[in-house]
Amino acid sequence: MTETTSQPIPEQQKRGLFQQLELDMRLLGMIGAFVILCIGFNILTDGRFLTPRNIFNLTIQTVSVAIMATGMVFVIVTRHIDLSVGALLATCSAVMAMTQTELLPHVLGLGLNHPVTWAVTIVVGLAAGTLIGAFHGWMVGYLTIPAFIVTLGGLLVWRNVAWYMTDGQTIGPLDKTFMMFGGINGTMGTTWSWIIGLVAAALAVAAILNGRRAKLAHEFPVKPIWAETVICGLTAGSILGFVWILNSYQIPARRLKRMMEAQGETMPEGLVVGYGLPISVLILIGVAVVMTIVAQRTRLGRYIFATGGNPDAAELSGINTRMLTVKIFALMGFLCALSAVVASARLANHSNDIGTLDELRVIAAAVIGGTALSGGIGTIYGAILGALIMQSLHSGMAMVGVDAPFQNIVVGTVLVAAVWIDIVYRKRLGAK
Amino acid sequence: MTSPKELRAQGATPMVEMNDISIAFGGVKAVDKVSVDLHPGEVVGLLGHNGAGKSTLIKVLSGAYQMDSGEIRINGNKVEITNPRDARTHNIETIYQTLALADNLDAASNLFLGREITTPFGLVNDAAMEAECRKIMGGLNPNFRKFSEPVSALSGGQRQSVAIARAVYFNAKILIMDEPTAALGPHETQMVAELIQQLKAQGIGIFLIDHDVHAVMELCDRASVMKNGQLVGTVDIDDVTDDDLLSMIILGKKPEAAAA
Repeated sequence: MTETTSQPIPEQQKRGLFQQLELDMRLLGMIGAFVILCIGFNILTDGRFLTPRNIFNLTIQTVSVAIMATGMVFVIVTRHIDLSVGALLATCSAVMAMTQTELLPHVLGLGLNHPVTWAVTIVVGLAAGTLIGAFHGWMVGYLTIPAFIVTLGGLLVWRNVAWYMTDGQTIGPLDKTFMMFGGINGTMGTTWSWIIGLVAAALAVAAILNGRRAKLAHEFPVKPIWAETVICGLTAGSILGFVWILNSYQIPARRLKRMMEAQGETMPEGLVVGYGLPISVLILIGVAVVMTIVAQRTRLGRYIFATGGNPDAAELSGINTRMLTVKIFALMGFLCALSAVVASARLANHSNDIGTLDELRVIAAAVIGGTALSGGIGTIYGAILGALIMQSLHSGMAMVGVDAPFQNIVVGTVLVAAVWIDIVYRKRLGAK
Repeated sequence: MTSPKELRAQGATPMVEMNDISIAFGGVKAVDKVSVDLHPGEVVGLLGHNGAGKSTLIKVLSGAYQMDSGEIRINGNKVEITNPRDARTHNIETIYQTLALADNLDAASNLFLGREITTPFGLVNDAAMEAECRKIMGGLNPNFRKFSEPVSALSGGQRQSVAIARAVYFNAKILIMDEPTAALGPHETQMVAELIQQLKAQGIGIFLIDHDVHAVMELCDRASVMKNGQLVGTVDIDDVTDDDLLSMIILGKKPEAAAA
């Protein structure tokens, strides 16, 4: 036991081009499917699908489901399910709508567009979502009621709590600053978007190089320099390309004129201003980065995946799996509330049917993204890509003019087919 | 170092005493007032049929089950072990029959599960854990190669190595092995036998649960035999034959000659 001879590290063998890049084949497959989908729709719509305008809309429509899908990955990885996310989103949205239109103006005497209204509203909403989620988690973890039942009950309860709170009415208009989180009403502008894009690209490259340094420090095999350079280039390129596309979507001249007049300025002839990165998309990117770090680099994430792989082993390794369940559902609740901010701000009001059927979209996004219902397997980027693929399908079919019933038929079929392909792929690899 | 036998003769305090342990599941007494003890550097075999209560008894010590009555003393001090974390703080490590590995994680993640090496920022340090894992495995199972694959891709013997490495790496003082060789071939079984001798020499006390009377005769200093949840008796291996142990297991009778 005291021997210190380390296990030899195998020599690098000559391998194929793609293998040397060490890309995740599954991620590649999903991106490939997404690209084919986009190109297909682009041809069918005579080039209307891949315009900056449509890509902009597509991203802001995806944000709400994508944020919740990242949390659903953790829930499903630990062999649970959450059927209540859409209803929870509605309750959080109702809480925030009432806070900013009734509670703050009438009880505390702060006006609708008071500078602190939006902040207080969001804090209240996030707290409500987290608490409800933690309560679900407590029932699942400590009372050992199956998550399916707890959240099926939750679906009915929270959908109707939202209804009761608002008397079923549409609540609006909402606070102006609050509505900036919805998408088109709050964008960074081209200059800031470029700055954010450049910083993000630099950070991504730094993270890749840092990982390489950590491996080299322990003398583990690393990719050849050229492969590392290609990966860095691809990463930075796609970040900046994305910013470039969103920056190319220009604010319509008439709308721009109105915006400037509202600020007491006159619009110079021929002025062109792009929208840039929507704040809601920035929030999604932030969520994606944080959730990926949690999944891959924290103890919490390690325990989530260990519990999903073998709950008994996790328990016997001293992991408090009950408390872990509470944390996972609390996180899910927090993300539902965050989605509620984005969703209600995008619609500019709280409506009684907000988030209806979102639970199915969120679960489908996570599953299309490669999260296995048997537990232990799933990725954050997969879930976000899954949400993007579903939204593209819906939006593309609507543009092509496919009837609404067929849209849902196609999406349902794609869901089942995607999971089947995933199963076949895993069997080929010999993994479980 | 004083041998375990001399320690017992001197009446030294055992490192583990389990006194009058009882545990029942839905009216069935799985373990009924059983007492066993363990000295440093000693291997105590636990024998008995399936369902005799050996695994249940030992899971009380590892924190997986909670006893209904009885007491556990570590080095003479009464301790409360209500979960696996408590057991770990008393340097009690367990190799379960089922190995208790998370199949979707790699060897290093399993080895350090619950006590990860972290960076100064509190993030898990996978590179450092893999390096440590390679070092440990180098001593334990030189044929081990698959460090970056999930343990579901490993053979039975390799999985066993991971489970053993996990128990041994963290300064175990008391080791519980629940049928450690059940899934192994002859070569790997021999490896485990050598490992037990090695650990014994380091003064680690081992409870070994096994079906195989010959293995127990070969590896253990003493054997405690259980039947139907009760302790038939504890005997010194030097005083008994294979047949004596078998008759204890089957008939539940302690041989007259060997009163340990």
